[in-house]
Amino acid sequence: MGAIESTGVASDAALREAEQLLFREAWLLDQHRLDEWLDLFTEDATYWVPLERGQLDPWNTSSIIFDDRTLLQIRVRQYAHPRAHARLPAARTCHQVCNVMILGSDGSELRVGSSLVLVEYRKERQRVFGASVEHRLRRTPAGLRVAAKRVDLVNSEAELDGIAFLF
Amino acid sequence: MGMFGREQLAMMVRPDRVHRALYSDPAIFELEMQRLFGRAWLVVGHESQIPAAGDFLTTRMGREPVIVTRHADGTVKVMINRCSHRGSTVCEDARGHCAEFVCPYHGWTYRTDGSLRFVPLAHGYGRDVERKKSELGLVNVPRVESYRGFLFASLAADGPTLSDFLGPLSSSFDDMVDRAPDGEVEVAGGVFKHAYHGNWKLVLENHLDGLHPNYVHASSVQAARDAPDPAQPERYADIAIRQMRQNGAPEAIWESIGIWTTDFGHGYMADYHSDSRLVVGMDNPVFAGYRERLEHKIGKERAAKVLSVTRWNSIVYPNCSFMGQFRQLRIVHPLAVDRTIVYTYSFRLKGAPEQMYRDTIAFANVVNGTASWVLTDDLEVYERVQKGLTAQAGDWVYLARGYGGDADDAGRTRRGATGTSELPIRSQFAAWLRYMTAE
Repeated sequence: MGAIESTGVASDAALREAEQLLFREAWLLDQHRLDEWLDLFTEDATYWVPLERGQLDPWNTSSIIFDDRTLLQIRVRQYAHPRAHARLPAARTCHQVCNVMILGSDGSELRVGSSLVLVEYRKERQRVFGASVEHRLRRTPAGLRVAAKRVDLVNSEAELDGIAFLF
Repeated sequence: MGMFGREQLAMMVRPDRVHRALYSDPAIFELEMQRLFGRAWLVVGHESQIPAAGDFLTTRMGREPVIVTRHADGTVKVMINRCSHRGSTVCEDARGHCAEFVCPYHGWTYRTDGSLRFVPLAHGYGRDVERKKSELGLVNVPRVESYRGFLFASLAADGPTLSDFLGPLSSSFDDMVDRAPDGEVEVAGGVFKHAYHGNWKLVLENHLDGLHPNYVHASSVQAARDAPDPAQPERYADIAIRQMRQNGAPEAIWESIGIWTTDFGHGYMADYHSDSRLVVGMDNPVFAGYRERLEHKIGKERAAKVLSVTRWNSIVYPNCSFMGQFRQLRIVHPLAVDRTIVYTYSFRLKGAPEQMYRDTIAFANVVNGTASWVLTDDLEVYERVQKGLTAQAGDWVYLARGYGGDADDAGRTRRGATGTSELPIRSQFAAWLRYMTAE
């Protein structure tokens, strides 16, 4: 943990690199470039939107989304189907990523916290979502990649209309 | 409600079609809240949510906000969540434990059976309030009963008993509970609360509709078929992939399965799964440990009988849809003629290996998750139906599939000509008309 938090220089460079990855991820989602978005994730990545506040694990409580790479791939493929009713047209989104902070590091991985404000528009309806997000970013030969992403929606426990886009 | 007299309502429900107003007219919706949701037995929860005295949960009966409590004497009370003084709700938590409910406005205080315990500055209200204290408790819902742990309540003082109301459909609850080696199930795993801009009937009609999956779910069926096949060792994604693929069962399979209705608009559908990993009764080795525990508790013969039941969704008209195979239960909350909320619960089979519960959670995420590949397409189609039914160009909604082929079957049930018969919807509307036109 300590190395990155205690040395200002390393922290600045790491923060900047992490930020750029998060911004790029948001941009790819907003551009509907989902195949490229998926390429940002490691093969063993998990993508988790818990159902409950402070949820401890995805095994004993349901999740709004709990996907491994295989399930994420199904999500991405679904958009391309000509009868993907809830995804035709695909929701337009604006992901605003802010308050990016390095929370810690274990050498090969960075824990990065951020806030997400997301505006979604589809079929004459606009919704706003807010979330605390935590990424685990891993250094790979291909560059920094997302090994895990957890999105804690402020309204995860609310009565929600269907969600057919990615946070 | 002169506008919708008995004759007029009867004209709108034909044997093979109904008038679109039943989905789109706010005046009919108001009448439904009084005559249908105000009369029928409604599922309000499960005993495991309120095991100890002082435990409570809040929910709705139709649109009525209610509190369900375990009173000091162990009985379950259901009362309207409305202070007798100025009308504020007295409890806002989804679940909890308390000794009494205190109104936030002027401090009126109620016991867990709704009786009024204390009124601050009571003399200020005049002698009338003091004298009528016994009548000024929270309004108790007149009838509350339990079946195999599932809690039902009726806003009407009179009417059929719960046993008469459930009739043969009670066997679906038996199916769910009998699968637990310890003979009980418990609510666990969080509550999905999904909403759609459409009439409440649409979700109940959809759950016994065997023709829709190949159309509504075409995109998730295909995406799951394109995914890597389930493998050994099992991966987390496998349950989701298997279930989404099963939705794409050939139409011949959907046609061949059984679909039954009972009095009061209830109904159930036989299982359509051919994937042994999703059906305990099909002897996949992954269930060996579970089967052993069940056999140990209830005997080999009885266990075989319990597991031989291959039932998929069951509908308790008008507010519940559930299934034993993956231990799911949905409660339907109609908010307006074109707005509905569905709460979905998962259950743990007490005494079963942990894997059974993990399957339940994985399954809930696939089919009931607010962002699921499957559910989102259902919700989209409900909204499109609702939108289409505002059109004045067409009066009728056709429910004729299988009409004329329905036949009486054993145990006071009726069976659809095929598994894709619209019998369940016709049966729901027959019940609808009886509730709506009863004195």
